[in-house]
Amino acid sequence: MGPESLEAKQKAAIEEVLKAYPSKAAKNRAKHLGVGSPEDESQKTCGNVRSNKKTVPGVMSQRGCAYAGSKGVVWGPVKDMVHISHGPIGCGQYSRAGRRNYYIGTTGVDTFVTMNFSSDFQEKDIVFGGDKKLAVCFEEIDELFPLNNGITVQSECPIGLIGDDINATSKQYAKKTGNTIVPVNCEGFRGVSQSLGHHIANDTVRDYVFDGNIDTLGEAIEQTDYDVAIIGDYNIGGDAWSSRILLEEMGLRVVAQWSGDATLKEMAATPKVKLNLLHCYRSMNYISRHMEKEFGIPWVEYNFFGPSQTIKSLRKIAAFFDESIQAKCEEVIAKYQPMIDAVTEKYRPRLEGKQVMLFVGGLRPRHVIGAYEDLGMEVIGTGYEFAHDDDYKRTKDEIFRSTVIYDDVNEYELEAFVKKLEPDLVASGIKEKYVFQKMGLPYRQMHSWDYSGPYHGYDGFAIFAADMDLAINSPVWGHSKAPWESEGEA
Amino acid sequence: MQEVDNIMNGQKLFQRPEYQDVLKKKKEFEGGYGAVNPEKVKEIAEWTKTWDYREKNLAREAITVNPAKACQPLGAVMVALGFEETMPYVHGSHGCVAYFRSYFTRHFKEPTPCVSDSMTEDAAVFGGLVNMKDGLKNCAAVYKPKMIAVSTTCMAEVIGDDLYAFATAAKEEDGGEYLPEDYPITYAHTPSFTGSHITGYDNMMHGIMSQLTEGVEEKKNDKINIIPGFETYIGSIRSIKSIVESFGAEYTMLGDHSDQWDMPAGDYKMFAGGTTIEDAKDCKNSKATISLQKYATVKTMKMVTKRWKQKESANLNPIGLKGTDEFVMKIAELTGKEVPEKLKTERGRLVDAMQDSYPYMHGKKFAIWGDPDFLIGAVSFLLEMGAEPTHVLCHNAPRGWEEEMRALLDTSPAAADLNVWAGKDLWHMRSLLFTEPVDFMIGNSYGKELMRDTGVPLIYIGFPIFDRHHLHRYSISGYDGALNLLTWITNKVLDQLDEDTKGIASTDYFFDLIR
Repeated sequence: MGPESLEAKQKAAIEEVLKAYPSKAAKNRAKHLGVGSPEDESQKTCGNVRSNKKTVPGVMSQRGCAYAGSKGVVWGPVKDMVHISHGPIGCGQYSRAGRRNYYIGTTGVDTFVTMNFSSDFQEKDIVFGGDKKLAVCFEEIDELFPLNNGITVQSECPIGLIGDDINATSKQYAKKTGNTIVPVNCEGFRGVSQSLGHHIANDTVRDYVFDGNIDTLGEAIEQTDYDVAIIGDYNIGGDAWSSRILLEEMGLRVVAQWSGDATLKEMAATPKVKLNLLHCYRSMNYISRHMEKEFGIPWVEYNFFGPSQTIKSLRKIAAFFDESIQAKCEEVIAKYQPMIDAVTEKYRPRLEGKQVMLFVGGLRPRHVIGAYEDLGMEVIGTGYEFAHDDDYKRTKDEIFRSTVIYDDVNEYELEAFVKKLEPDLVASGIKEKYVFQKMGLPYRQMHSWDYSGPYHGYDGFAIFAADMDLAINSPVWGHSKAPWESEGEA
Repeated sequence: MQEVDNIMNGQKLFQRPEYQDVLKKKKEFEGGYGAVNPEKVKEIAEWTKTWDYREKNLAREAITVNPAKACQPLGAVMVALGFEETMPYVHGSHGCVAYFRSYFTRHFKEPTPCVSDSMTEDAAVFGGLVNMKDGLKNCAAVYKPKMIAVSTTCMAEVIGDDLYAFATAAKEEDGGEYLPEDYPITYAHTPSFTGSHITGYDNMMHGIMSQLTEGVEEKKNDKINIIPGFETYIGSIRSIKSIVESFGAEYTMLGDHSDQWDMPAGDYKMFAGGTTIEDAKDCKNSKATISLQKYATVKTMKMVTKRWKQKESANLNPIGLKGTDEFVMKIAELTGKEVPEKLKTERGRLVDAMQDSYPYMHGKKFAIWGDPDFLIGAVSFLLEMGAEPTHVLCHNAPRGWEEEMRALLDTSPAAADLNVWAGKDLWHMRSLLFTEPVDFMIGNSYGKELMRDTGVPLIYIGFPIFDRHHLHRYSISGYDGALNLLTWITNKVLDQLDEDTKGIASTDYFFDLIR
């Protein structure tokens, strides 16, 4: 199939998908669907799609809310703090330990990531307000978990609606105890997706961590010229560790990683690093920009999915430092090359030419494209749950040829696109997983690496390659049709 | 570094020396306690196991830690998926729906359709009417469900949106294009800050049953309605059907979500199985309604007995031998038929199996937690086996449950040592397990942390179960369900016995081949 016919097929698929909607919704959705073309200079964003707008009501969007962005992504993985889901019981329970933010620590004693702390609002708290209850929560947490290094308050919907003042309650308690107490106004109804939650959470890092009192967190870190921080890596399945090892091997000193396996002290120490390394642009560009403006720390985006992008990124990072680092960077690249060659040699023949459709959160809709291409695979459709225009601009550089781009795609559209474009693999989140598996389509859950991983870095790529092979070449996909169903064969 | 012929994922990869080195180096920047002072961590860890800590922990008034309950709309979504081609529609922000879908999907390993009308700040200020008007229309146009079942989130409840008025307004504005006058839009208010997921189940079931039957001609028939409740064991629903069918009884399973969460591979269709709308409309005319989960259907059953005057209706709990016997006898009574041979044989086989295995359960101490109705049934079965349910914990215990459980435990010779913990969470349970230890735990996946911390083996029975596969496909109800419970529990006891006695040349004299 030539590029032209693929593009035509992609455009036709979009047109057909739009027909199911009532006119108002169709008009809205048309702006979020497009065919991205790397050569087309006129495209302002990839596929000219519009993004970060309200979801059409009544469809099965895959989006989460601001609370999910703050508690589930940015703050939740910070391991030595207690994060209170403030409001009714549900949000905390549903978001408990679902993201595989790996960490090392004694859970319930000095680390708390996989636990669920909730103020469990009852009707009386809605009627009379929950500030008093919150104050008691702080005390009880400090009594029962004395080794916590701070508390965050993650607001659920009712908090903003009933007018509770969590900021005042937090401030009062912080003043009394000298502890770090961070109120986060991340009510789920704010904004159009989890994206605003990331931004709100970033702002509270700025206000309560950078400007806060962290004297109790141990001795100050002596600075070196090679101090860097990993920003926007949530250590899904250990991603940050398989990234960190490469940075350390090239002579850099990683003094903080955000927010997977992070501690409050690491975050507080970050404004003194020489360079911020930003992986998930969408969720943490805000705080990186702030550190650049306030503390003069440059930041650089990097991508550790697949060897091509990893090599590019390692060199880009090394370029910020002196020749010794650059030389070591080349040594690192050379050291891993034989392993990567062996992995590619083994798996590429099994995956070559396979087509993939993606729909993942964060930056992955563009970042993983290169990893698939390193294995000879092609991404023919991709899109984001909660991206902004700048994400789609960045996507344009990653795609190889015409690709369907779908912003905030819903279950109906994704299913229709998959049926029309017939990819060999679908890779997205848990909610969609079994829809495609039922159809007999190989699938990988790319929010939490389908309980495998890590996928970052060189070691991660080997796992990624093995997992994609496992997905596409498993015999189980051949069992869907019963033998008595096959046609025409004598 | 990876080796191509032995690619290892994180589980083993991070044990390699180069990664242990990375983690060690990271510690110098971590600050706080763990990295700086491992002794302090150990000291506090030990303190959390003491009676002193337990007293402080049980005295908690405000913070909930590791709950064993969820919120109302989750239950409402389950009800909706039990009716033929019905789309659960949540009036509120889509964040909640993303959570409900993920939660069920992770448990069942099945797709879970559900839409929301994506309310945001403007809806918080002006109300969600516009969202509802557009949302119902879009939902009907795109997914073409036969019914839309609307529930609310805490956001919609706090701002006070009126579902009946909104649904009516949506139909009016649509003018019949996508939402004709007679299109069933059922609804229930399900505030997340009242009760738990079982309250939401009750509210939505009540909503659908009362609203669908409105204006339906009264014409009594001989059918029996059965309401499964917040049933997460797909096989249980099938077991119950099989019992009722063996009597040749005519019945309607109201809210039958068994096919929806157990779809065969092949062509994906969004909806499968479920109570037909026709049957649901007729449910008022049945002669009796049997609820299999009393505490999950309080409001619904009140309507059935008081308003519909189905006098022979009853709450029954067919988990374990006695529970199943009572259910079977009730069906016999309602149908006026003898208990079929098939069931007599099944019962006999179960009792035989119980007699085969009882020594391994007898006198064993169990901690168990879960939903109120599940606990009544499961504890009843443990007692039938001579086991000792030392800690029975129900976080979402409704009124009356604690007394009923106490009365049940009082039938045991060990009654004085058996404790009921209503309204407590799993961090409370952790303290109880340290201070008054048990032999085994029965509960959901959240118990694995308790297992790690306390060393008590966990038998996975309950909801949610995220980290073990396919248990939900089995039954825990009926005689076959009791046999499953018996098998899972006994064999875990035997697994543990083997584990404890496998020491070569030290304990393996008890590592018996035959048990």
